[in-house]
Amino acid sequence: MKSTKARASVPLIVGLTFVGILAVTALISYFWLPYKLQDMSGGRLSSPSLTHLLGTDKLGRDLLSRIMLGARIALTVGFTSVCIGAIVGVTFGVLAGFAQRWLDESLASVLDILIAFPTLLLAMLIVAGRGSSLASVIVAIGLGMSAIVARLTRLLVKRVLNQDFITASRASGTTWPRIVAIHILPNIWPTLLVNLALQFGLAGLTEASLSYLGLGTPPPNASWGSLLQEAQATVLVAPLAAIAPGVCLIALVIGVNLIADGLRGIGDPTLRSGK
Amino acid sequence: MLKYLVRRLIFLFISIFLASISLFVLLRLLPGDPANALLSVGATPEQIAAARHSVGTDLPMPTQFGKWLGQLFTLHFGNSLIGGYPVGPEIFSRLSITVPLTLSAFLLAVLIAIPLGFVAAYKARTWYGASLNAVSQLGIAIPVFWVGVLLIFGFALRLMILPAGGFPIDGWSNFGEAVKSLILPVCTISLVMSASLIRYVRSATLDVLGSDYIRTSRALGSSFITAMWRHGLRNAAAPVISILGIELATTFVGAVVVESVFDLPGLGSLLVKAISQRDYPVVQGVLFASTVAVLFIGFLADLTQRILDPRLSKSLTGVSL
Repeated sequence: MKSTKARASVPLIVGLTFVGILAVTALISYFWLPYKLQDMSGGRLSSPSLTHLLGTDKLGRDLLSRIMLGARIALTVGFTSVCIGAIVGVTFGVLAGFAQRWLDESLASVLDILIAFPTLLLAMLIVAGRGSSLASVIVAIGLGMSAIVARLTRLLVKRVLNQDFITASRASGTTWPRIVAIHILPNIWPTLLVNLALQFGLAGLTEASLSYLGLGTPPPNASWGSLLQEAQATVLVAPLAAIAPGVCLIALVIGVNLIADGLRGIGDPTLRSGK
Repeated sequence: MLKYLVRRLIFLFISIFLASISLFVLLRLLPGDPANALLSVGATPEQIAAARHSVGTDLPMPTQFGKWLGQLFTLHFGNSLIGGYPVGPEIFSRLSITVPLTLSAFLLAVLIAIPLGFVAAYKARTWYGASLNAVSQLGIAIPVFWVGVLLIFGFALRLMILPAGGFPIDGWSNFGEAVKSLILPVCTISLVMSASLIRYVRSATLDVLGSDYIRTSRALGSSFITAMWRHGLRNAAAPVISILGIELATTFVGAVVVESVFDLPGLGSLLVKAISQRDYPVVQGVLFASTVAVLFIGFLADLTQRILDPRLSKSLTGVSL
């Protein structure tokens, strides 16, 4: 293969900037917050000022601090659920990719049912069974995602398996596990990575929806979804509290989508000069 | 076609059966006894046993599973642990809000997305084609409940032309008010939904516009409109319809969230309340009904797609990436 220089594209840079700012904010929140989470000294629903850059909520808690904690939750949920989705999904997808005839057909159908099943519903099911906690939310989103990843992996594996170099490799005595390691995974990971980046954004949205419904991370932890839920009642007095968490969430999702776009451009040189 | 219909129907029933097993497994086999909802802190062992008996969790697992299947086939999901009302009829009455909400939001989204998606593809090189595309990219990143909150802020609280939430107490018999209270929820869902649909319509149209058969048809002298009508529409419709199936299911679930935003007494708010109260019979019933709805929508989408595009391979379901 000709070595192509991976040039960073504009979407990639913008996306990395968005996600980078949020990630740094989340990291800072571990060491320093403008105000402690329980600090209600700010006066109720005060407007943005030098002491409270984004104002306070109805209990007098600093909004900026809560949004910083929200960034931590959003990124944690995104990252860990993508890890679960990737591990479970790629494992099943590779196995399903090797399946033949009726087994293949039934596995494909099962995956089709699973991806038609909305993640939010699955998540509500798991939360109903296990009670709402950060772990439930992560497991639910990760499992919902794994069906999508598995389906994609299966298709990609099938495509690679049909190539002549697999036959050649088999003929020269390479074992199947080694073929997976040296031929299949290197060939499918660029496409998978793009998809996982998109899933990261969707995970953030699902987590926010669950928290908005009161089924996500329990209080006092402030997910952006629960911040929005709280802000809804006071939106007329303090519109910023309803706008800021939403903007952060959108920045995260758009950020990872842009990163996915950028990665796609690097992984597939034919796209670079095209549309 | 008939053979396909039969196969797909069998597949539908198998998947409903599998779904009911997974529901049972996820809700019952996980730690935590549903009977706990009936108990207060510090309940005596006798109280716990009585609660478990009344909920039915003291029975052996296979018996419980048999009972659960029996409930499903008779569409009688037991009584609510909290409110005491029968779950089946409650679900049906709640559908009178969720179904109109979902369907009208879905139709509106399709009506917005098909022309705009077509323009975004046909005029891809103009500034408005490109900005349509950009706006639809933005749309998939926006959480549906946030749009709801913003619409409430703008139209209900600031302009005060539409209600901020709720549903008339006398329901659909107060038709005008009922419709009014659904306008903002419908707009919320369809705004978000149309953004993602525009992208699918756009890429399906781009594929068709660049195809050989359109070029041939044009070379043979048909006008652009005739060529698109005769050959383009069907070819572009097939992939879009398979997505529509998934999108309709997503709309239905989006309705769950939006009902909570607008405080509508639909299926979604029933589910959310039941989950937070750990009201198991209600949770089971609503989740089962929603699952069946999702699977049935998939079934309809596959059938429609098959009718439109007979070339489709032998695969049972027609979801394309």
